[in-house]
Amino acid sequence: MNLTQTFASVVASSQIDANNIEPTVNNPAVATGAFSYMWLLLALPLLGAALLLIGGKRTDKWGPYFAIAMSCGAFVVGAIMYLKMLGLPANDRPVNLHIWDWVIVGRFQAPLGMQLDQLSIVFVLLITFVGSLIHIYSLGYMKHDPEKRKFFAYLNLFVAAMLLLVTADSYLLLYVGWEGVGLASYLLIGFWMYKPTAATAAKKAFVVNRVGDVGLSIAIMLMFVTFGSVTFPGVLNNAAEGNPTTMTWIGLMLLLAACGKSAQFPLQSWLLDAMEGPTPVSALIHAATMVTAGVYLIVRSGPIFDATPTARTVVMIVGAITLMFGAIIGCAKDDIKKALAGSTMSQIGYMILAAGLGPVGYVFAIFHLVTHGFFKANMFLGAGSVMHGMNDQLDMRRFGALRKVMVITFITFSCGWLAIMGVPPFAGFYSKDKIIEAAFGVNWIVGAVALLGAGITAFYMTRLWTMTFTGKSRWTEDNKHPHESSSVMWIPMAILAFLSVVAGFMLAGAIETWLAPVTGFEETELAVSSLVMEAASLALVIIGATIAYLQYRRDVPLVAPQHVSPLTVAARHDLYGDAFNEEVFMRPGQWLTRSLVFFDNRGIDGLVNGIAAALGGLSGRMRRIQTGFARSYALSMLGGAVLVIAALILVRT
Amino acid sequence: MSATSLLASGTDVGAEIVFWVCATLCVIGALGMLLSRKPVHSALFVALTMINLAILYVALQAPFLGMVQIIVYTGAVMMLFVFVMMIVGVDASDSLIETIRGQRWAAIILVLAFAGLLIGAIVNGLSGVPEPSLEAANSQYGGNLQGIAKIIFTDYIVAFEVTSALLIIAALGAMLLAHRERHTPKPTQEQRSIARFARYAATGELPGNLPPAGTYARHNAIDTPALAPDGSVVPESVPGPLQERGNVRPVDVAAEVEVDEISEGHTVVTVDDDEAGEQR
Amino acid sequence: MSTTHYLVLSAILFSLGVLGVLVRRNALIVFMCVEMMLNASNLAFVAFAQQNGNLYGQTIAFFVMVVAAAEVVVGLAIIVTIYRTRRSASVDEPSLLKY
Repeated sequence: MNLTQTFASVVASSQIDANNIEPTVNNPAVATGAFSYMWLLLALPLLGAALLLIGGKRTDKWGPYFAIAMSCGAFVVGAIMYLKMLGLPANDRPVNLHIWDWVIVGRFQAPLGMQLDQLSIVFVLLITFVGSLIHIYSLGYMKHDPEKRKFFAYLNLFVAAMLLLVTADSYLLLYVGWEGVGLASYLLIGFWMYKPTAATAAKKAFVVNRVGDVGLSIAIMLMFVTFGSVTFPGVLNNAAEGNPTTMTWIGLMLLLAACGKSAQFPLQSWLLDAMEGPTPVSALIHAATMVTAGVYLIVRSGPIFDATPTARTVVMIVGAITLMFGAIIGCAKDDIKKALAGSTMSQIGYMILAAGLGPVGYVFAIFHLVTHGFFKANMFLGAGSVMHGMNDQLDMRRFGALRKVMVITFITFSCGWLAIMGVPPFAGFYSKDKIIEAAFGVNWIVGAVALLGAGITAFYMTRLWTMTFTGKSRWTEDNKHPHESSSVMWIPMAILAFLSVVAGFMLAGAIETWLAPVTGFEETELAVSSLVMEAASLALVIIGATIAYLQYRRDVPLVAPQHVSPLTVAARHDLYGDAFNEEVFMRPGQWLTRSLVFFDNRGIDGLVNGIAAALGGLSGRMRRIQTGFARSYALSMLGGAVLVIAALILVRT
Repeated sequence: MSATSLLASGTDVGAEIVFWVCATLCVIGALGMLLSRKPVHSALFVALTMINLAILYVALQAPFLGMVQIIVYTGAVMMLFVFVMMIVGVDASDSLIETIRGQRWAAIILVLAFAGLLIGAIVNGLSGVPEPSLEAANSQYGGNLQGIAKIIFTDYIVAFEVTSALLIIAALGAMLLAHRERHTPKPTQEQRSIARFARYAATGELPGNLPPAGTYARHNAIDTPALAPDGSVVPESVPGPLQERGNVRPVDVAAEVEVDEISEGHTVVTVDDDEAGEQR
Repeated sequence: MSTTHYLVLSAILFSLGVLGVLVRRNALIVFMCVEMMLNASNLAFVAFAQQNGNLYGQTIAFFVMVVAAAEVVVGLAIIVTIYRTRRSASVDEPSLLKY
């Protein structure tokens, strides 16, 4: 097809004939037949994790392969579920499997069950597919690590927890999965625990996540108080009748949880430090899956946000802020993984922004989530391959001209690069442009921000690509012979690169029809036609890419220049996110702790010790009453007698 | 307050005079007991108080008790005190300095408060109460003594028995306390005789009985040493305590001249110039 | 004379006895002050006997006298014993029960 036809098909597919679809009432059918095996989705990875962790060193030889088998098995189960679901009519697709009566306490009924519907099956497929690919990639990447069995066990644990998160049928069970992925993230970021930076980064990730988790628990508590139930049907079907203020608070708390897990402003500080973990971890958790859990939460809680325009607006604003944040930070980072992390922050900002637009944007948020999962995981694996070849070098200023030496990595990475920029017909074009259009439909300022963000994305991604693969080589002495990675590493990269190319136009219309029954869908009404929008964003992308290419293709200083604009300095310092947290939370917290300790030592200990000392001193003085002379005692007896007589007389008169 | 006005007011003048005199003497006796330096003087003042109290008892229509007060209290108890004073030492006198700080002042203040409270309570409580008399009770059984006897031997018979047991125990206790345990066996007469002659052999001390005090001396006071037949002073004739205190009167040779002159029938006017310079 | 006078006299004698116990150091004099207190209470009893019109007060005073006599006997024996061992009759001497 020539370019015009491609464009026409693109335009045609972007004007879906789905019209406006209301979400069906959340009433899943009971799981029967093949669906009754959906618990295998959880059981298989959990078995892998348990066996490898409890088995210990005995499982070192076959452990990794077993873990890969478990992950692939989960994918197979998920695929079977999907195929069965395809055969059902749209309204019959949600199914619920009740596993166990978990918490049955008076009014509080929280059964342990799994719910598969169109939304969760998308996530299941994404998690298991990308997860299995990364499992295979890790065989090569972690080949020389003596602890690789533990690594695979943690990867399986993560897959199990993430699947639990997306297949839970109640907010409470979702919370269990939520915490589980937080735990797995902590274990995996701090995998090389003997590195102080890694251990600290793991702690930081966990603590910041915890702040978000508080939001989720408060939201669950509010849900129970308002609706009397925490299951999805119980809450979401009654969301419209909730008291507006309560719903706003629930929405804000859910947003807080999403910010923690998805590294959105203001809880974004942990994502860049999380790059201390091994690259497969960054690819799986901090690109494709865990960080998207927040988006899942918001989209799943669509009915709640439909009932509260205030919270929805806040979601939108948070998304917009974060996308600019991530983009600006990504421009100034020389560490390849940190640049990609900034990019992840920004892209998830797009997803949150889309989710904050309401029914116009839910499906696009998920669409972008899926495509982003493919191309970002692809680019992270590519970065891992580059690092592997360059002897674990991270600094892009020491890369350069790698396209001749690492050809496969170059090709696959370029697919991801074009996808993220939104160049048609790559995947990102379809998903990101829809978001920009929807944003313009709701509020032109937000749309402008999203559009600008696309330009900046193009700039920093091109910068990264240029510095790494083109130009003259700036390799260090111990990196004189970079080599391509082994097949076990480049095959997953190739698969993901392929998906980065085709996933966009393959899913474009289908995903809206698929998801609409669950999330609801509305057409965007634009002042200008979508063709103009697409042209505008493409123009910005080309401008951004050209600027970056021209700037970085030749002279890249080996040491970061110091005479740069204040914005660059700020971006190098993560836009002072860490500094802000430190000043506003850490130092007052430390001061509070110190003052409490001081108060405890001086005040309370002083009080207690003071009482003891006072008693001792008092007794030391009271001792002197015992003079040993009988006459003194007789005197005190007389004194007592006088008092008694006086009392008696006073009482009588 | 003249006697006539008192008579005119109808009060018993005699009882009044008796009361005021005896009461004053009681208080003087108490003060004297308090303020005397020597214990013997204190004992005498206490005896004064007790006798006056006996008179007051009689004035209060308790003649039996008054007599018992004199006989038992003044007679027996105070004499016991005087005996013990002799043992302990008549010369022992308290110094005026108070060893415990603040004791004297605190005692005076507290005792004043105490007395004030008591007197205040008494005066307040007993004002406007009719004048009493024990005529009826005293004559119920034909006398004060019979009345008391009736009460003791009927109402308080148990107390009476217990008190008698108490007396016995007290006597036994006193004997036990004052008993001096011998730590060595008492020397027999044979042993004492042998020791006496051993002493004579060693020091020339006469083995015979000692002469009583004042033998062959001009006076038989207990503090005058006796003279041996050869005219020398026998110091052992004065009791030990007096010797230790140095209360032995010296017998000088001039007394011998007096002996000669008296045996010749002259009256002698002596001017002694012994150490004490006292008249005999 | 009214009973009040006798009772006031009793109170004065009692107080003087108390003062003596507190101020004097010779054990014998302290003991005599105790006897003074007993006598004062006897006087009070007898005065009240006359006030109440029966002889119970006198009977009790009688018993007090008997017991006081017994007490004097034992007390003096104690003083003599103490004097024999300590060679001193001061009440300030035994003062080891102190801080």
